[in-house]
Amino acid sequence: MLEVDNVTIRFGGVVALDGVDFVVREGEILGLIGPNGAGKTTCFNAITGVAKPTKGAIRFNGESVAGRKRYKITRLGIARTFQNIRLFPEMTALENVLVGADARHKTSVVGALLRVYRVPVKRHELAEVTATGGLARLAQQARRTGQRFFGLSRHTLEERAARAKATELLRLVGIDVRAGELARNLSYGEQRRLEIARALATEPGLLCLDEPAAGFNPAEKEELLALIRKIRDTGVTVLLIEHDMRLVMGVTDRIVVMEFGKKIAEGTPAEVRENPKVIAAYLGVPADAA
Amino acid sequence: MNFQFVLDNLAALTVTGLTQGSIYALVALGYTLVYGVLRLINFAHSEVFMIGTFTTTIIWAALGFGVGAAAPSTLGVLGLILAAVLAAGAASGATALVVERVAYRPLRKRNAPPLIFLISAIGASVALMEAAGAITNRQPRGMPSLVFPKVQFSIFGADVTNLQLGIIFSALLMWVGLDTFINRSRLGRGVRAVAQNPEVAALMGVNKDRVIMLIFILGGAMAGAASVLYDVKVGLTTYSVGFLIGIKAFTAAVLGGIGNLRGALLGGLLLGVVENYGAGVFGNQWMDVVAFLVLVVVLLFRPNGLLGESLGRARA
Amino acid sequence: MNALLESARRADERRAKAAIGIRDRWSSLPRPWRIAVLIAFIALLYSLPGLDIPLITTPDTDFTSVLFLCAVYVLVAVGLNVVIGLAGLLDLGYIGFYAVGAYTVAILGSPNSPVVVKYPWIVCVPIAIAVAMLSGVILGWPTLRLRGDYLAIVTLGFGEIIRVFALNSDITNGNRGINAVPTPSEADWPSWMTWFPTIHEGRPVFSVSSVIGFYWLALTVVIICMLGVRRLERSRVGRSWLAIREDEEAAELMGVPTFKYKLWAFAIGAALGGLSGALFFSKQTFINAQGFDLFTSILWVAAVVIGGAGNQLGVAVGAILLAYLPERFREFTDYRLLIFGVALIVMTIFRPQGLLPSRRRTVELEDRAKEAPVA
Repeated sequence: MLEVDNVTIRFGGVVALDGVDFVVREGEILGLIGPNGAGKTTCFNAITGVAKPTKGAIRFNGESVAGRKRYKITRLGIARTFQNIRLFPEMTALENVLVGADARHKTSVVGALLRVYRVPVKRHELAEVTATGGLARLAQQARRTGQRFFGLSRHTLEERAARAKATELLRLVGIDVRAGELARNLSYGEQRRLEIARALATEPGLLCLDEPAAGFNPAEKEELLALIRKIRDTGVTVLLIEHDMRLVMGVTDRIVVMEFGKKIAEGTPAEVRENPKVIAAYLGVPADAA
Repeated sequence: MNFQFVLDNLAALTVTGLTQGSIYALVALGYTLVYGVLRLINFAHSEVFMIGTFTTTIIWAALGFGVGAAAPSTLGVLGLILAAVLAAGAASGATALVVERVAYRPLRKRNAPPLIFLISAIGASVALMEAAGAITNRQPRGMPSLVFPKVQFSIFGADVTNLQLGIIFSALLMWVGLDTFINRSRLGRGVRAVAQNPEVAALMGVNKDRVIMLIFILGGAMAGAASVLYDVKVGLTTYSVGFLIGIKAFTAAVLGGIGNLRGALLGGLLLGVVENYGAGVFGNQWMDVVAFLVLVVVLLFRPNGLLGESLGRARA
Repeated sequence: MNALLESARRADERRAKAAIGIRDRWSSLPRPWRIAVLIAFIALLYSLPGLDIPLITTPDTDFTSVLFLCAVYVLVAVGLNVVIGLAGLLDLGYIGFYAVGAYTVAILGSPNSPVVVKYPWIVCVPIAIAVAMLSGVILGWPTLRLRGDYLAIVTLGFGEIIRVFALNSDITNGNRGINAVPTPSEADWPSWMTWFPTIHEGRPVFSVSSVIGFYWLALTVVIICMLGVRRLERSRVGRSWLAIREDEEAAELMGVPTFKYKLWAFAIGAALGGLSGALFFSKQTFINAQGFDLFTSILWVAAVVIGGAGNQLGVAVGAILLAYLPERFREFTDYRLLIFGVALIVMTIFRPQGLLPSRRRTVELEDRAKEAPVA
């Protein structure tokens, strides 16, 4: 699904990534681990177009990511969360998710203004007349008749579908009761979940999570693990950066270990756990001595 | 369009441009200092300059050098300029400090969004300008010529007068003083620390409020000095004098790389020279247009200005 | 002194609370009721020139002209709100677009302009909007890639360039200006309209001496534009603008084509600015480079922020205050800008979210107030 092919990134004289090579397979949960400064986030930045590789290629479903605009990479099917939460603080939780969902919408600016692109609707799709009062009822009926003849604008249809989808995603991550709350008013944990919901709303094939459990207590971590599995079960491939070894061992299918911008190991959690280089990297012991 | 004129008078245009540009540069320093530390466009800085120009006329009149006074001796000239720089520097610095206290500090305490700072700055600018307008009945105020331009020497066919020489030299002197202060003194180190990383600076025991006061006073004093040079050069001031100079100086600061002291100097001088060339080619009325077009073009190719932004790394 | 400030602050809190209360009650009203109230309110706006309401009417100037000016300023504010309030782009040279729109109408429609065509008003105005929009795109294309702070200075430069151009170019007749700017129509009032006070049969609908036709036209345009912008606000477009305002990079990574939407915001703002300029100078019938100074442009920005950036009703109130107060209190002409400046500072200290904050801002600022004592 995603091929990271011999990618090197230099910032001035500093080599942040040095010939990193790995593959994410469709439907798996791949963990990307390593000590601080190992280049994990840089790796994410390269995949999502934030950092440009000095050398090497990144391909998603066979298509090169390099040189693409960032929003186009997102539309290609790669979504991400941020290590330091970056929501839209003065928008509600629901609106945050809707922004993500907009990545798949086709309404243009002119379309949103004039709403002339109409789509016919079937009778049973029309809104029910709910009002009992005379004037209100009349108004609703008129509206219904209008929709029957002129259909609905693409804007309206997309908006409806997006709201339903967004609510669904908020429920998936478990914060649907907070939908109308401003993002800045959510608790830390809720904000982390909202980031995941927002990323999922872009309908990604690959979801990149950058330390989603940072600052969580063990119970919250457990919940997060369940959520990640649930996301994978809906058919989304997950690339997970994580600091907490135990967490990664518990949920991932395979693990790539990085140190000083290089890949030092790759394999199943069990294999990686036994790998002397990994032990050395994490415990700070030279590889030969271990 | 008159390219031949510019080519024939290149040296002369350069000298007048440098003169004008050194005033821009001094005013630009105020924008750069504040922006470097607070990431804030201090819109009221143009009025800080305006206050300086009036202070100069007042102090001169008080010293017996009012309208109609005879030109003083060389020593007298130096004395008057020194007195004016001290007075205007003090008045402008005080004005800048008041603006900081009244218009910015309450907002900073409340962590207000940047747009609000700008509005407050506009408010302060309008209030100061209009107060000066009301006091002076919106009449321009003239002053006698302090220095009669006398050609000192010629370079590449351009006559350089003592006035031009004095202005450029004074501006450079002020700039060197400020640069040395920021880069060598203990207080200056505090300024650079806050500009680079406010949180770390606070942890290291730098008092941010003190630093902010300092940069407003320094920037104000530079504008005050610039206002004296302006008065000597133009001999006339009015309540709205700051607006255009302020915009030009800010342009100069951005041109050189805002937040960067050397950038302010370079940007100021460059802007003065380039707009003078432009005026030569297209006619005087297009001077400001040329200035802005140069800014846009430079920003397109160097989005952070010619020398880049950073007060903190001004030495590098 | 402090006690006085404190009590002023508390009074203002109460006012804001009341405003929010009214808004909540408003949004809980059933839709037909809301529409009915809205229609009544709009009818009131249309009939204002005929009602001689004491205290509100301006003693020193023609009240209808003041209303017209208010309507034009509201249109300006609505356009500027798209750029500043929604997309978060600081445009200090908005008056440039206003000038472009006005001059396009004057040049194409006046027989006395250097360009010897004379198109009717109804043809000129769409062209003016298009030209203004195009100038927005031309300015935005290179500059919207720059950082936000720089946009302020570049737009400021643009405003100044347009003014200098108007002053010195041949096509604008320089400072002599262009007269006989076309009016919307040469028609006269029909007899069935004479029931309305100050309308006389056979007088031209659009004339400098009786501005009521212009006011009604401007009011209609304002209402249409506000509804249009509201539609955009409540669609993916408005959401994208807000996301860009909040965190541009994150927006881009969530699939928002940020440059495209910023350019659209700029273009729409420019179009509305051009339209308001075209409207205003159709009434003036004379145009020269005076009246396009950057100072006015900056005051507009202030009006938008004072009213409450991001909220259409708020920015409309801000614009009306900016247009109306100086006309109402002519006796303070010398001091009005001084008072305005002081008011701006006081405002930002007491009500940084504007008189009528957008719903979002209200919640946010209440939170900040709660956080303040803790910090």
